Amino acid sequence: MSPMIQGMLTILIGVGGCVGYFFASNLILDKIIFPPQKKNPGKNINRANMVRPWLFLFPALAALGLYLVYPVVGSFYRSLFNRSGDDFIGFGNYTTMFADDGFQTALLNNFLWVLVVPASATFLGLLVAQLTDRLSWGNIAKSLIFMPMAISFVGASLIWKFVYANNPDIGLINAIRDSFGAAPLDPLQLPFWNNFFLMFILVWIQTGFAMVILSAALRGIPEETIEAAIIDGANPFQIFFKIKVPQIMGTIVVVWTTITILVLKVFDIVYTMTGGNFGTEILPSYMMSYMFRDDGRATAVAFVIMIIVLPVMIWNIRQARQEMK
Amino acid sequence: MDSIAGTKSSLSWAVNISVVLLVVLWLIPTVGLLVSSFRDRDQISATGWWLSPFPVSENYQVKAPADHATPEGGVNTITGNVFGEGSGKVSRFGGKRAAPTEFKAGETAELTRDRTLTVQSDGSYIYTSPAEITRDPSIYFAAASPPDFSLDNYRTIMASDNMDRAFINTLTVTIPATIIPILIAAFAAYALAWMDFKGRGFLIALVVGLLVVPLQLALVPLLTLHNKVGIGQSFLGIWMAHTGFGLPLAIYLLRNYMVGLPRDIIESAKVDGATDFQVFTKIVLPLSFPALASFAIFQFLWTWNDLLVAKVFLPSNSESWVMTVKIADDLLGSKGGDWGILAAAAFISIAVPLIVFFTMQRYLVRGLLAGSVK
Repeated sequence: MSPMIQGMLTILIGVGGCVGYFFASNLILDKIIFPPQKKNPGKNINRANMVRPWLFLFPALAALGLYLVYPVVGSFYRSLFNRSGDDFIGFGNYTTMFADDGFQTALLNNFLWVLVVPASATFLGLLVAQLTDRLSWGNIAKSLIFMPMAISFVGASLIWKFVYANNPDIGLINAIRDSFGAAPLDPLQLPFWNNFFLMFILVWIQTGFAMVILSAALRGIPEETIEAAIIDGANPFQIFFKIKVPQIMGTIVVVWTTITILVLKVFDIVYTMTGGNFGTEILPSYMMSYMFRDDGRATAVAFVIMIIVLPVMIWNIRQARQEMK
Repeated sequence: MDSIAGTKSSLSWAVNISVVLLVVLWLIPTVGLLVSSFRDRDQISATGWWLSPFPVSENYQVKAPADHATPEGGVNTITGNVFGEGSGKVSRFGGKRAAPTEFKAGETAELTRDRTLTVQSDGSYIYTSPAEITRDPSIYFAAASPPDFSLDNYRTIMASDNMDRAFINTLTVTIPATIIPILIAAFAAYALAWMDFKGRGFLIALVVGLLVVPLQLALVPLLTLHNKVGIGQSFLGIWMAHTGFGLPLAIYLLRNYMVGLPRDIIESAKVDGATDFQVFTKIVLPLSFPALASFAIFQFLWTWNDLLVAKVFLPSNSESWVMTVKIADDLLGSKGGDWGILAAAAFISIAVPLIVFFTMQRYLVRGLLAGSVK
């Protein structure tokens, strides 16, 4: 059976199954288990309404439980076993991993990524949002800067492979160097700095995201505060840094953390550009190099990523709970 | 607003120019890729894409036919034109492979063993040799050829490289993985937004927490599970995985939107005797269309562009490659130097997301805002 037909069937079965499930389960609940007609109908309606939320939630909770909650536990459990999964070795995977040079490079690079990418993307996004705010063609400019969001990391890497190419007739960077008479070099093989060339690809993609959100936040600032500042004689820079930025600080933090989380998950760029060579390995790509080879080590790396993400997760949950109150 | 007072027109100029610069900087890489994908492969290696509207100087080699040699004044001479029947403009020429552009057109080149070669800029040449000419001598020359744009790269990659298969595979992965989570999430979001029950707050917190769980954690345990259950690496497996991974965002976005719907409508419907199921299907679902569209776009872009999940949950044979895997694992290795083919492949893979992006940007922006600004 061709995958295409299989796909059509899956859509039919999936959608039909979902609709059927929700419809039938509600029907059974109302007509058979707790029918409101016979004795004490009021009590039955109440009972039915107590069960109904769980009917609505069940498929989602089952999928979430299986595909996201179980893996957290499952990965940790698996990381305590050796490569083949037969022998329990406690934290053996973690100790050998922390002693591994490759892991240390990856961890260090990852901290660089976490420091540089969210900061640059948020800063550039804020800059563009502010600059385009009162521009007549601002929406077109924003739309074009936002565009890389739609491009896959693999596609973006290829696009930048052209820019970084060693050959001055293909790569823009080397073409510019060539016009100054400098010899061509491969930016991706420059020790240490190659990390920044890779990071810039992600900054290129994420600036649009930061810009869209921060631009909406800038629009949401009460105009009176700005008017008051203008009357008091503030110059445009003072208005921006002392009036606008403090008022959208909350949004800036949200953008910053969202990009931070993303940075910890993206393996595609490093994988496509350098394959982790030349000292550019980061944790997600380091993990993929062990995937299918040593599941114990791979899950241990994944769990380290989870631990780095954990503070953000807790902070997010606390924010969400505060909003609900 | 900023321009009410205190702004100078010079500042406004500076703003305009810096935005233009930023936009150009942001667009250049993509434009380069697009232009390169239409160029002929020889031209790509001869000049940069930014010079593509201009003629390209390329090096050629022709053989002067030895059997046309005539003795003139004691030396054997071959005359002819390097362009044969065609025409062109020779800028430089040479007589040996090591230095193909040693001489300017019109000069006379003194070659080894007293042979000479003259090539005029219109292509006519005179080759002389005191000894008998037995083998066809080679003439090397550089001539400008006009810009050559075509769809050849696209034809090559689609026809010979299984890219069409990869395109269909991507589509096959994407569509069910976009549609199925929406339905599941919509019901759950309704329950979390408009139904009262114990544990609701906890479940919302759980969804928020799961939003940031790194996918990397899920790979090994779920693949093991899929193998045990018999799904293995297959399309069914990747559909289920994408559904699971997409749900937190779907529930979160839809719940945030549904909570904001006017309470009056829902309550009056309930007073009129509508059940929760009816309220959901007849009122909430149609009203939530913008949020549904936002999530659909997100999930579509995410599954279309995904490499990680496809690498792990799909079989690793070439029949099941999606485009991202095809490019990253196959083309970059086997066609590493063939920039035209790579550019065409990349453009095929990003064309659909770009179309979706530009036609439905409104919903995408709305979804982003609902997901982040609170």
